[in-house]
This record gives sequence, structure tokens and C-alpha cells, in this order.
Amino acid sequence: MSIFVDRDTRLVVQGITGRDGGFHAEQMQAYGTRVVAGVTPGKGGRMALGLPVFDTVAAAAAETGANASCIFVPAAAAADAILEAVDAGLGTIVCITEGVPVADMNAVMPQVRAAGARLVGPNCPGLITPGQAKVGILPGGIVAPGSVGVVSRSGTLTYEVVWQLTQAGLGQSTCIGIGGDAVIGTNFIDCLAAFQADPETEAVVMIGEIGGTDEEEAADFITANVDMPVVAFIAGRTAPPGKRMGHAGAIISGGSGTAAEKIAKLSEAGIPVAEIPSRIVPELQKIYTPQA
Amino acid sequence: MKIHEYQAKELFRREGIPVPEGRVAETPAEARQIAEDLGGGPVVVKSQVLVGGRGKAGGVKLADGPDEACEKAAAILGMKIKGLTVTRVLVTPARDIAREFYLGIVQDRARQRPVLMASAAGGVDIEEVARTAPEKIVTTPIDPVLGLRGFQARQAAFRVAEGRTAAQMARIMVQLWNTYRRVDANLAEINPLIETPGGEVWAIDAKINFDDNGLVRQPEIAAWRDPAESPPEENEARAAGLSFVKLEGDVGCLVNGAGLAMATMDLIQHFGGRPANFLDIGGSSSPDKVVTALDIITRDANVKAILFNIFGGITRCDDVARGIIEARSRADIAVPVVVRLVGTNEEEARALLAETDLVPAATMDEAVQTAIRLAEGGAA
Repeated sequence: MSIFVDRDTRLVVQGITGRDGGFHAEQMQAYGTRVVAGVTPGKGGRMALGLPVFDTVAAAAAETGANASCIFVPAAAAADAILEAVDAGLGTIVCITEGVPVADMNAVMPQVRAAGARLVGPNCPGLITPGQAKVGILPGGIVAPGSVGVVSRSGTLTYEVVWQLTQAGLGQSTCIGIGGDAVIGTNFIDCLAAFQADPETEAVVMIGEIGGTDEEEAADFITANVDMPVVAFIAGRTAPPGKRMGHAGAIISGGSGTAAEKIAKLSEAGIPVAEIPSRIVPELQKIYTPQA
Repeated sequence: MKIHEYQAKELFRREGIPVPEGRVAETPAEARQIAEDLGGGPVVVKSQVLVGGRGKAGGVKLADGPDEACEKAAAILGMKIKGLTVTRVLVTPARDIAREFYLGIVQDRARQRPVLMASAAGGVDIEEVARTAPEKIVTTPIDPVLGLRGFQARQAAFRVAEGRTAAQMARIMVQLWNTYRRVDANLAEINPLIETPGGEVWAIDAKINFDDNGLVRQPEIAAWRDPAESPPEENEARAAGLSFVKLEGDVGCLVNGAGLAMATMDLIQHFGGRPANFLDIGGSSSPDKVVTALDIITRDANVKAILFNIFGGITRCDDVARGIIEARSRADIAVPVVVRLVGTNEEEARALLAETDLVPAATMDEAVQTAIRLAEGGAA
């Protein structure tokens, strides 16, 4: 089991004829993801990576029975690409694109919710269910099947932590990077709820960072709704206020969104917060042993 | 990105928000001339720097006429406010104030939409009001598609004011929303919006911050960027497609990915060192980007050691190592360089590094501790 993607995922890649879209579509195929089609407007009827390319997502879905999409289009076209996937009835939409204007995401989110679709991202590495499917750009070689759910606002920091888990013999149910922007489709609470409902997930590692209050809200949610072990890490303890730290959403503004606030709130909720990345695995091992 | 008050006022004017006239002066003589052109009456001389708290710092002064405007401008021009030198002042007619209100539209992350905030407690730090007396702020979420509707503006305006003032305020709220939406702002603020003893309503201050992701479709606004908003290194890095923030320490960092870059800074501090910068070199560690990054970092005389922390992922580490070695040979570096690479082909990468004077490290903890030791003058 897993959350959001698995071996029944039938994926269409929006932007498959682009450099990044093509490269990662091939990587996803190599991992074993069932990539069924590509979409590039104006290139319908061609083949790419042995897959049919369609002009629209609707045509791709109708012809191939796709139920998920991974988006690699430029930022200016990303909102439209998400809405197109929603309109085509795809249930899981993963937007890798970085630099999507906040106003665009504000307008897109009510449509995603109304359709009951699951949007992950934008500005995210996507997600991977080890041994089943990866949708996005996470390196397949660092994961192992298992029972730890990983949810993170970061990309490479997630890889770092996942790699440490794998080396320690702690496999993962699903690893999901929710993205570094201020407005994202799936937040910590959505993932925690899904992990809680997933019978195969036995523990969760949550990797947050400065900016916003999602980690604080997740702490309340865990207290009320999550009964499995959770270990957290928060990046940006030393970040200066008012500066955007790479991610559009990673900024301490008006004195709020600091690492200290998040760590305090998580600690109050009884969630161990690892002080440095290499302490995440030991903290988890203190409170969790995988079932045989 | 931020813009100056006078620029924000220009954007407000275009939507019809009542803004007192006024012009920008770079010399005291120009300030005198502007005050004369405005009719010779009392004016306010306001420093134009991209930080808050200009009034408290003495950067906003009242003058009774052109001569005093000249004197006040002479006092303000050249002064430093929070590290920024004042090179321009806005000279604008002084207005008598009966009441001060606050109007602002800001992106609400949790609600995933903008919100209008209105308060009768204007002219002060609104974040302080939000902390100490949140009931004094009327908050109205704005539907991102429908926009701020007239009835919503009236509901908010008639809660913080009454009569003709509230009616004018409601119109200004919609104009403020039109500005916010048109320019991809993430903050548009009038603080204060004043009512004069005669019942006129004026926006006497203006602040707009922008969503950096929206700037690509706002070329006019993007061209207004004042390089003084950021240190020169940050401007140079931005132009090269690097995300860089200057700090005060002695360990320079080059990291791929923003989260890992923050965690690297934190780890340096954790082990007793001090990071010289935040730097996300992005997904493709191309030698050109790395050269630019090394160039910016090594120009900082504080930097005593450099740390690469690269989680290669799909990118092959031996390719990254070749890029770093090439960049190292093209850049003039007098300080030790520690390199930590993880991912595909990392053994090959380490073998390549072993033939150079770059110091390899296997884990993040080891890399950071080695870099700190080298920065302190220790041995690898």
C-alpha cells in the first residue's frame, strides 16, 4: 500500500517533448511507472519514448485510460496545464514546474477542489511509492519499499533523509515532496491524513522549513488524528528574516514563519524534532521499530 | 520585490486612488523647486528607501514652505536608514489629519487567496495591531476569480467608518484590489488612509510588494527594481539564475536545492561555525553557474573555507565532480574547498576529487565539520 500513486497509476506526461519532460518521462518508465501517453499541443500523432503523443490531455485520457498526470511545462503555462488535467478528469496531478505566479495558483485551487482532484506541487519533486511507481523527478535509486511515510517541502533535503532511512534499513511506503511555494495543492495535513488511513504506513517523517504555518497546523492535526510515530525536521533555523531562501514560500515575514515557532509547536505536541538531518533516523528508531 | 512609495503612488493614481501630488528630488534645490511648484505651502519631505520605519528613523519631516523643504531635504538626503543611504526624497503637500485608517490587501497563505484588511487604527504598525488587538482589524477574504466585490468593500468600509468617508473608502478598496491584481502584488497597503477635517480622503502613504514569480509578466514593474534593495552579490547571483543570500560568517556554501542549502547553513551553526551565505545552485550544476557562484563567494574576504554539498540524485556525481574541478581551475581560489557528493557514481566522483587539492567528505556532518576546521586554520 501507499498513498496517491501505485502500480495502478496510469500516467500522462504533459510537456513530454520538452527537455526536462522527456528526460524524466524516460526515468519514470525505467523505474516501472506505467507511463501511457504524452501531451504536447501541436505534436499529437507523433511518438515519444515509444508512447503516443496527444494534442490535449482530454484526448490522451480518452485513448489511454490515464488517471494521473505529471506536468513539466513552463511556468507561464502551468496553471492552464493543471486546469486541463482537472478538466480531463484525472484524479492525481503532479506539477513539477517552478515559478508559477501565486495569483495563478489562487485561481486554480478552487477548481482542483471542486473536481475532487489531488494536486501535488507546484515547484515540487513529486512522489514515489518504492517498487511501484514514481511520478516526478525523485531519484529511484535511493528508496526502498517499507512502511515509513515521508512528506517534505523540500527536494534534495528529502533525498538526503530518504537515503539515510534506506541505509538504516527503514524502507518507505511513499515519499512525497509537496513543494516549496506559498500556495500548493497538497499540504502536510493532507499527507498525514492519507498516511494515517494507509494500513501499510507505520510511521511518518515530516520535513518542514521556514515560512507559513503549515507545520504548526500539522502539529495540531497529529495530536487529534494521527496515532503512529512521527518525527519532524525543520530547515532554516539560521535563516535571516525577510529574505526568501530559494523557495518562494521559504520566507520569515512579519516575524512569523520562523523555525523556532514551528519547533516549539511540534515539541509541545510531543513530536520529536531532530536537531540535524543525521539525527532523524536515530530519533525515529527511538520510537519506532518496523513490524517484521 | 519591493518598490518605492512614489512608485506605488504612481500605480495607485492610475487606478484613481486619491493620492496627493508630489515629485521626487535628489538634491535640496530640487526639493525647494518642487515645494514652490506645489504652491509654496507646507510639504512633507519623505525619504525613499526600501525599508519600513522611515518616520521613526527621522527620514520623514514636515516643512512649512520651500526654504524649509530645502533644509529638511539636505538633512535627509545622505542619511542612512537601516543601512540604506537615502538618495531620493518625495516632496508632497502636507494634509491636515482628522482620522487615520489602515487599508491593505495581502496574500493569505492558509486561505490560498488574498485578504482585504481594514482598520480604524491607521498610521501605526499593523502587525502590532494584529498581535495586540486583532478585533480592530476587519478581514475580508477575496475570491481570486470574482475579485473584491463592491458589496464586500462596503461591508468592510462601513464597519471601520461611516457616511461619505466610508463610501469613498469602499471605492478605494476596490481600486486597491484592481492595483493588486493587475501588477501581481502580494501586498498592497495604504497606511494611513486619512480623512481631513474637511472630510476629504487621501492615501498619504503607499506600499506594494510583488510576487517574484509574477514579475516575468510585469516588465514595467520588473524594470523598477532598485538594486539597493539587495547587496550587490545578491543582484549578481539573481542575474546568473542563482538563489543567494549573504550572511556574516566564514564558511561559503554551494548547495543544490533550497531545503538542503538551509539545512547546511543550520548544520554549520550547529557545529559551532558560521555560514557566509545561503546558495542554491539549482538542479543543473553546470560549470558556468558554479564558476559564477565561486566568484561571488571568494570575493567575500570573510570566507576562509568553501563547502560543496551536492545530493546528486539522478545527475551523475562524476559529471558534477568534473564541473567542480573545471570551475575550480577557472576560478582563483585561495581557500580550502571541501566537496561532499552523494548519488549515482559517487565512488568515481571521489576518485576524481582525490587527484586534486579538493577535500572530499562522505557525509554532510563530516563535510561541515571539516569545512569549519579548515576555516579556523586547522588541517583537513
